[in-house]
Amino acid sequence: MRQRKRGDISRVPGLFSMNINGMRELFNSGNSVEETIHSTFDKIERSKLNAFITLSKEIALEEARILDKNGAKGMLGGIPIGIKDSISTKGIQTTCGSKILEGYVPPYDAHVIERLKLEGAIIIGKTNMDEFAMGTSTETSYFGPTRNPWDLKRVPGGSSGGSAAAVAGGEAPIALGSDTGGSVRCPASFCGVVGLKPTYGLVSRYGLIAYANSLEQIGPFARNVKDVALLLDVIAGYDSKDSTSINEKCEYLKALRYDVSDVKIGVPKEYFGEGIDEDVEKAVWKGIKTLEDMGASYTEISLKHTKYSLAAYYIIAMSEASSNLARFDGLRYGLRLEKDKDWHNTFSEIKAQGFGEEVKRRILLGTYALSAGYYGKYYLKALKVRTLIKRDFESALKDTSVLITPTMPFPAFKIGEKIGDPLALYLADVNTVPINLAGVPSISVPCGFSGKLPIGMQIIGRHFDEATVLRTAYAFEQGGGCDT
Amino acid sequence: MKDVIIGLEIHIQLNKLRSKLFCSCSTKYHDSEPDTHTCPVCLGLPGTLPVINRKAVDSAIKVALALNCEIEEWTMFYRKNYYYPDLVKGFQISQYDYPIAIDGKINIEIEDVEREIRIKRVHMEEDPGRLIHVGTIDRSRYSLIDYNRSGMALLEVVTEPDLRTPKEARIFLNKLKNILEYLDVFDSSLEGSLRSDANISLAGGARAEIKNISSYKGVEKALLFEIVRQNNLVRRGVKVVQETRHFDEARGVTISLRTKEGEEDYRYFPEQDLVPFTILDRVDDIKKTLPELPDAKRKRFVLKYGISDNHAKVLISELGLANFFEIVATELDAKLSATWIADVLKGELNYRDLDISAFSPDHIIQILQMLEKDKITENGAVQIIRTIMDEGGKPSEIVDRKGLLKIETDASENIVLLVLEENPAAVQDYLGGKEESLHYLMGQVMKKTRGRADPNTVSELLKKKLGC
Ligand SMILES: [Zn+2]
Repeated sequence: MRQRKRGDISRVPGLFSMNINGMRELFNSGNSVEETIHSTFDKIERSKLNAFITLSKEIALEEARILDKNGAKGMLGGIPIGIKDSISTKGIQTTCGSKILEGYVPPYDAHVIERLKLEGAIIIGKTNMDEFAMGTSTETSYFGPTRNPWDLKRVPGGSSGGSAAAVAGGEAPIALGSDTGGSVRCPASFCGVVGLKPTYGLVSRYGLIAYANSLEQIGPFARNVKDVALLLDVIAGYDSKDSTSINEKCEYLKALRYDVSDVKIGVPKEYFGEGIDEDVEKAVWKGIKTLEDMGASYTEISLKHTKYSLAAYYIIAMSEASSNLARFDGLRYGLRLEKDKDWHNTFSEIKAQGFGEEVKRRILLGTYALSAGYYGKYYLKALKVRTLIKRDFESALKDTSVLITPTMPFPAFKIGEKIGDPLALYLADVNTVPINLAGVPSISVPCGFSGKLPIGMQIIGRHFDEATVLRTAYAFEQGGGCDT
Repeated sequence: MKDVIIGLEIHIQLNKLRSKLFCSCSTKYHDSEPDTHTCPVCLGLPGTLPVINRKAVDSAIKVALALNCEIEEWTMFYRKNYYYPDLVKGFQISQYDYPIAIDGKINIEIEDVEREIRIKRVHMEEDPGRLIHVGTIDRSRYSLIDYNRSGMALLEVVTEPDLRTPKEARIFLNKLKNILEYLDVFDSSLEGSLRSDANISLAGGARAEIKNISSYKGVEKALLFEIVRQNNLVRRGVKVVQETRHFDEARGVTISLRTKEGEEDYRYFPEQDLVPFTILDRVDDIKKTLPELPDAKRKRFVLKYGISDNHAKVLISELGLANFFEIVATELDAKLSATWIADVLKGELNYRDLDISAFSPDHIIQILQMLEKDKITENGAVQIIRTIMDEGGKPSEIVDRKGLLKIETDASENIVLLVLEENPAAVQDYLGGKEESLHYLMGQVMKKTRGRADPNTVSELLKKKLGC
């Protein structure tokens, strides 16, 4: 490590648990952005978490020096951020956790990256993830599993496990993930941080490498609700490059109030059913009671079609994936064979070598579901179920302002514990996938512990009503949250 | 010969648009180096998303209206999944259910009889890149890919199997091309602007699909080859199988690409990156921009100018020619203009492979005015037209340079007398009943006048002097 003049920064107490405001005050009082970024890299390089696939140290330090010179302006001036490796970053390798994209350096920035850069954020690297976001544990990454900062033997959740672990482990105050069926909320829950899946259409997907494009959204991670709201303020908004993007943005940070007296909570009984860990159930109910004590009301409700959601989700996600992943043929970018053969053999060999087992499984199942003779039986039927599920949510949220459920049925499991049983892993998504099918927003906030493992509480809202979701989460967090 | 059933799928590149179908790349790549008109979207880079070019949709509606189709209330895109090296995403964004338009028709004329050819559907899709095979498709050792074409807007027009002969297929294509040119949506002179797939079966037999025929003439040739091939199979007692075939333009033959068992399942499903959108609300505005189409123009030419339907048919076959005619017909007698433009000028242009834009309407007006005032002969007029095409120049100047002013009757009479005096044998022959001798004597007179004498006058003079 090169010798350089160190300021006081690395000795600033609590630097690695600082929120955005704390860091901004640090820079405003004359501390160096470059020093902060340097310390951050020092920490990551010593880390055992394997939260990052690629570190963009040189670019980040250069950015930091510019900010030190010109002043760290913007809503995120000088704030380090980790970016899930499914989000395209110009000039920084973007692999989606797959061998097939090893060495691929996008020539363009995703829309959210452009927004972050405009606000002065510093991208420190690309975070680890399940290959092509297909997983619940970050174990399917070609670049090895990420570890949970609360217990290194356990998974951080997935697929955005690297982002959640980096935030929980003090390697970045904020991060971006993507959520197709729970990929932001699951790791947020397992790692004890806050993670939001926005309404479908609120955040531009331009630049997000697609797994299941009708379901996924890019979402923010942070250690507190306020930072998630601020990060959402930066990345949300209409983008002409994404035809599914909708201009429904509001000011999320400003919407945060320590007041839930008008909030009507719905508690869907189907989400507290079989397979939910006792500690998890208790912690979430305690959370609901906390909100009640603060003036919110709650009623138990039913989302009738919940039991069909896993099947519908996996059919839709795999079908779309089978098409979305077709482009990886090694011809223009990514993995290349030592010696080219005719294109049929080259394409199949690239895919055979480049894709991992779980990815292959989902491509094959998706291809099957879309095949002539099966399309109506599977894909079309799944779309119908999806409509019913969406209606469930819309009607439940007519009389309530938010729904509250456990994010995950259980706390973080051990690395290797479930990876051999794909079906058991799919079942872990039972409380998160219906939200993607319905397209509504949902946040996971820490609400307690099972032993030393964090538990997440899921707060679901109406389409484009992130403001109420965030306000409820904020009030809960301020009112005691997981410390109660 | 057995009954032949032919259906066409025609891909029309909307190359007059400024940008591609789903990105803002320029469409003017035809004279450029490979891969210079590309961006992350049309290269299908991971994470990119399509955004529909609304002008392309308007062009598609325009064409559909001109083909008398029913425009759907709303439309959406699907993914057509298949692998090919020129296809950057492993799927093509195309249409399936809910295309832009369905149920159209156009009339074509076969041996002066009108036939209605039904249009099944009109839909939009993106063009793949261009593969360049080194050698032929079945023998090439490697291929090169140019992605400039990737993402260009294509319109696919699908006919019902209403065509009966390869010639009908050619006539249909010409009519379609004619309409498209009137609509100003594509430039047919550009490489790859119109490509066809042709389905053909002999009565009772299996259907062969000939893919990607890139020229107009190719369609007729490929179909003729297929009929012979399928007939030969039937004659030898071999069953014709359903298959996809490739047309090798250079060798004029079709080659089997895959049989029905190898037929691909494209796994069409909705493209979720684009949202369904209403198109019916655009139709009224677009209808107002529709130009006069060939059939209507042909009727108007006959009614307004009193020219023959045959002349009108030739004149409307190219928009440039029709406009040319209307300029000339406002200055001169319309029938005379039609005859000279449709018969003479068009013939001379075709002979030289030239377009009407190679000739100035002012020049033909000047020539025909001289002809009307009897200053030049018809022969002289033809010579002026040819000279302009081959050497350039202005009509009046060519008349002077070549001495083409018509010779007066008096002068002609002197030359007739001189010829009769110089050719006593021919005169005797003619008087003895040998009709051809008159042609010989005519020829001698025309030679002496270098064609400037009016042939009718000369013929009359000769007969008079010979006393019959
Ligand atoms: Zn482009």
